[in-house]
Amino acid sequence: MNYPLRQNSFKPPEKLADYPVGTAFPAGHLVDTNASWRSRRPVIDAEKCSNCRICWLICPDGVIHNTTPGGLEIDYDYCKGCGICAKECRQNAIHMENEGI
Amino acid sequence: MMLEQKAFLSGNEAVAAGVRLARPHVIAAYPITPQTTVIERLAEMVEDESLKAEYLNVESEHSALSACIGASAVGARTFTATSSQGLLYMAECLHYASGGRFPVVMMNANRSVALPWNIYGDQRDSLSLLDCGWIQAYAENAQESLDLIIQAYAIAEHPDVLTPMMINLDGFVITHTYELVSLPSQEGVDAFLPPFQTVNKMDLDHPMSLAFTAGPAYNQAFKQLQHQAVLSALKVILDTEERFGQLFGRNYSGLIESIHCEDAEFIIVTLGSVAGTVKPVVERLRSLGERVGLVRIRYMRPFPDREIRKALAGAKAVGVLEKDISFGYEGTVFTNVNSALMRSKVIQPRLLNFIGGLGGKDISVADIERLFLRLKSPDDGETVGFI
Repeated sequence: MNYPLRQNSFKPPEKLADYPVGTAFPAGHLVDTNASWRSRRPVIDAEKCSNCRICWLICPDGVIHNTTPGGLEIDYDYCKGCGICAKECRQNAIHMENEGI
Repeated sequence: MMLEQKAFLSGNEAVAAGVRLARPHVIAAYPITPQTTVIERLAEMVEDESLKAEYLNVESEHSALSACIGASAVGARTFTATSSQGLLYMAECLHYASGGRFPVVMMNANRSVALPWNIYGDQRDSLSLLDCGWIQAYAENAQESLDLIIQAYAIAEHPDVLTPMMINLDGFVITHTYELVSLPSQEGVDAFLPPFQTVNKMDLDHPMSLAFTAGPAYNQAFKQLQHQAVLSALKVILDTEERFGQLFGRNYSGLIESIHCEDAEFIIVTLGSVAGTVKPVVERLRSLGERVGLVRIRYMRPFPDREIRKALAGAKAVGVLEKDISFGYEGTVFTNVNSALMRSKVIQPRLLNFIGGLGGKDISVADIERLFLRLKSPDDGETVGFI
């Protein structure tokens, strides 16, 4: 359900010659990180979190990962800061912090 | 030069003959007047196995081009044909093909668009789609239509171009009139046109994500590459015509055909079959000592701006005759010619726009003679007019 994590080996194209021929590329999916959409970011308080995974289920962009050992992790490359996770968390373990833009 | 056969063919039949010689793998099309006989002939060729291709009967033009895009994405050579409302119905897919860099070759029978309903020829269908990223050529007769189809695969599939190409034939005037046509030999066309090779395809040994998303940070770069590719066609078209001429002995003049422009004072610029009506008028007026000329635009995209500036450099007055109008302004060909001249540093000729032939309205020899008279008469302040 989650986006695949960005591969560290992925190098975004810098000049026209780096772009593929047509729109075909090995695993190529030239999406942008959506981080700049966000005015506030959700932060999980590991002490309060009961690991119920409600946030993982309801995140509309699937950017809360359930694969991290010992807890949930938010992919800030793609989280758009909607705050639904913070609103729905029954433990009040997620709060929104200003990005300070 | 290779031996050629002669045949008495309509424009549409000449297109079908050219397609067979180009050996496409997949043909997908939906019938529409005046394109229908192209795909009827092709269906017969597939049935009698003189053309070994997959022929797809689809339910619409949107599906026809979609099927060609899908086939091109596995590395197949493809063909489709349409006209008028059908072309407009596949408009969304035109951008998909050019953006995805799938070199589909399409024949379009130029026909008016509704309403009022009309099946006769004008060029408002294809000219309204100049911005969709396709190479656009306009034929004057059946022979040129056949040759353009064969050349189109060499141009569209060239690695520097990889862009789909639309060959336009005036509805009925070219599509349905018969003339003696030279058919290149299959061996000749095989030598001219090697099999389609591309890295831009589905390949099970090297899986790739096809037709992906590119967000705001990357999208424009793809559009820049498309622009470069269409501009690259300027040279590829000339190289392709030279190779074609060496093999088959028929030479074409590049992006425009220029007749008596070297010393012409009054020039008509036009495209398509009507050039065949202008030519004898130019020759007759020349024999009477009039310095008149003709520019026939063969390619609208990429646009031959340098060639047009050169051909029109010495003219006093130029009339752009076209079967198109962008309502509320002027004809689109006129806009393009005017823009090419505005880049010139030499003295501008007086430019007039003659709109004619809409919905198949006849353009006669007498009409052309009147247009030359109009070019010679004093400026009355009117630029755009219907003939």
